This record gives sequence, C-alpha cells and structure tokens, in this order.
Amino acid sequence: MGKAEEITAHIPRLRRYARALTGNRDAADDLVQDTLERAWSRFHLWRHGSDLRAWLFTIMHNLFINHTRTRNRESDFALEEEAFAVPVSPAHDALVELKQLDAALRQLPSEQREVVLLVGLEQMSYESVARVLGIPLGTVMSRLFRGRERLRNLLHGKASVSQLKVVK
Amino acid sequence: MTDPQKGPVAEADLHAYVDGFLPEARRAEVEHHLAANPHEAERVRAYLKLNETLHALFDPVLDEPRPRRTRVLQRGRHRTAEHYAAVIAGLIVGGVIGWVARDLDTKMPSQDEDFVKQAAMAHAVYTPEVRHPVEVSANEEQHLVNWLSKRLGSDLKVPHLSQLGYDLVGGRLLPGKQGPVAQFMYQDSKGQRLTLYVRTSGETTEETSFRYDRQGKVGVFFWIDGPLGYALTGELNKPDLLRVAKAIYQQLNP
Repeated sequence: MGKAEEITAHIPRLRRYARALTGNRDAADDLVQDTLERAWSRFHLWRHGSDLRAWLFTIMHNLFINHTRTRNRESDFALEEEAFAVPVSPAHDALVELKQLDAALRQLPSEQREVVLLVGLEQMSYESVARVLGIPLGTVMSRLFRGRERLRNLLHGKASVSQLKVVK
Repeated sequence: MTDPQKGPVAEADLHAYVDGFLPEARRAEVEHHLAANPHEAERVRAYLKLNETLHALFDPVLDEPRPRRTRVLQRGRHRTAEHYAAVIAGLIVGGVIGWVARDLDTKMPSQDEDFVKQAAMAHAVYTPEVRHPVEVSANEEQHLVNWLSKRLGSDLKVPHLSQLGYDLVGGRLLPGKQGPVAQFMYQDSKGQRLTLYVRTSGETTEETSFRYDRQGKVGVFFWIDGPLGYALTGELNKPDLLRVAKAIYQQLNP
C-alpha cells in the first residue's frame, strides 16, 4: 500500500470523530483537512508498522487543542442544526434522541468529550486513548466516568451533575 | 453479592463491561453483580445505549462523500475513493433509515429472502473497499468479537478459515432489519474475499439446513443455528462455497 492509500483508509473515521468532537460540519472538515496535511507532510516520522490510526488521531487531537485554545469559548458550544442532519424522520423519538445526545455532547468539557468519543465511537482501548491524548490511564478512566455520567444525567433531564456517584 | 475471592466489581469494570473489554470470566462476574444491583444495572444500560446512539448519530459521516476540500490525498488515485464513497453513501442512507426505523419494523413476506439480499448487498458494498473494508481489523480480533457480541446481544465466535486459504480481514457492524448485524470478512492470497453475515434471529431457536441462493455474481449459503442466522457470501462456485460453509458450521458446533 502506498502512503496515500494508508492514510486515506482512515479518512472516514477521522471525519466521523471530528464531526462528533466539533459538532459542526465546517469545523470538522477543517480539522480533518489540517490533520491530513500535517500527516502527509510528516509521514516520514511515522514508524512503519506502528498504529497509524493512533498516530493520525494524535495529530488530530493536538490540532483540536490548538484550535479550541485560539477560538472563542462560545463557538465551542455552538450548535449547528446541519451538523447532525439525519436524512429522513421515520421514527420521531429516535431522531429526538439523536439530537438530544448531540446537544448534550456540546455541554461536555472537551477533554471528557474526547475520551467518551474515542472509546464509545472509535472503540479505542483505554490504553490507546491514553497514548493518543498523552495522559495517564487513570485520567482517561476518570474522564470517561465523569463524561458518561454527565451525559446520562443531561439526557435524563438533570441539568447539572454535581452528585456524581462514585461506586467503588 | 460479591464473591471476595474474585475481587469487587469497580467502576472501571462497569465501563470495561460496556465497552466489551472484559474477558469472559470477569464479564460473567460483572453480570452477576449487576443482577444484584439494579441501580448500577440501570446505569450500565444507559451507557450501552449511549454508545449505540453515538454510532447512530455519527456513523453516517463515515460514508458521506468527501468534501472537495479534502483533496490532498487524491493525487494519483483514480476513481476508487470517490466512486465507492458515492456508492456507499447511497446504500448507507438506506441503512441509516433502517437503523433509525428499526423499531418500526414492517413485516416482510419472506425474511429469508430479505436476509440473503441484505447479506449479498453488504458483500457487494464492502468487499471492493480498499479504504475501509472493515471497521475493526483482525489484529484486534478479541476486541472485534467482544464488541460485536455486545452489539448483537449474543455470543459470537469468529470461524478461522486459514486452512481453506482464507484469512480474517476483520469485521464491522451493520444496521439490519431486526437490529444490528455483524459482517466478518475473509480474504485469500489472491485478494478474493468472502463475507460471513451474522444476525440474531429473535426467539427462533430451531436449526435449518444449508440453503443456497444466487444473487447476481455471488452465491450465498445461509442457515440458522440456535439464536443466530448466518449467510456466507462469495464469488465462488457452489461446491467451493459449500465447503467453506461446512467448515464454518463445524467450527461453530465443535
């Protein structure tokens, strides 16, 4: 496989993650584009045989952090209808559910959102998530616990989640 | 009740359970624990549902045609990426509708016919894929099995067909008429691909013999075995395909 094919194979998943992360089609496309350009120009730095997906997601994570740092805090929470347009509406409740989850994701701190998405959507192992985000495994777990619990509460109509139950 | 010998079930276990990362034995312990702790069981159900909804919400993005701006990698590529993207986008819109509407399932006259068609369709869509033939590749086989088992709500096994010259490429989750469906893909040294499509068949528990159908270029052997229905699809002649189907059946019923 050539370098283009190897990277190209990951584009759909990078796009899915970027969309979920940003909640905005244009921002997601920009993020993917920047990630691809950086990966393309630094492909020689990738160790052949190592996990290309993890490498690409690491690049995307770093860019995302830079983007959000320089961007207005507000826009991080901006919700764009178009971003989660679903083609038809045969099942009203299912659609409402999708929209609610998308809205709830935007209310999650981005560091929790990243973990919830890398695990829940990307099916990445906790260890891989730790490597991609450059944080200890314990931090991955605590962000996952908080992120999921917060989403659950948001979706069940409890606005703020101060009473996170820690089950040991 | 938690058996102290086995170690208490911690928060991390619940999440690993949700994500399909637990080994079989531990999974059983967590299930035991959940049976005795309805509040935690409810939370675990909510987390499982969360993952499912995330997929329903964002998986359509996987198959959207690429925006014009993502051009950097298109040099030197022929029609493949755009071509397949378009084909898949069309099919997946249907799939998403199926997924979203799966609770509204309309009764089809022949479930078997549907099943075979869907299997053949999924085969036709994903076997030519160079970019992402599978969602989870064979080098994460354990994770693949756990994940798909969890999604289908049934313990899946992946048959190994190396003796017949087919290596596992990996698998993916697809929307089916009656809920999620698993597709495993195999490939021989010449790049010839076979797919095994697995669905849960609800309460049906009877076994059926192998049945055969031809859909265009591809042949399909399908059968029901306990709670699962299988369809093996490939561009092979009937005897060769039957040989593979038998090998699969024997591995699943040792």
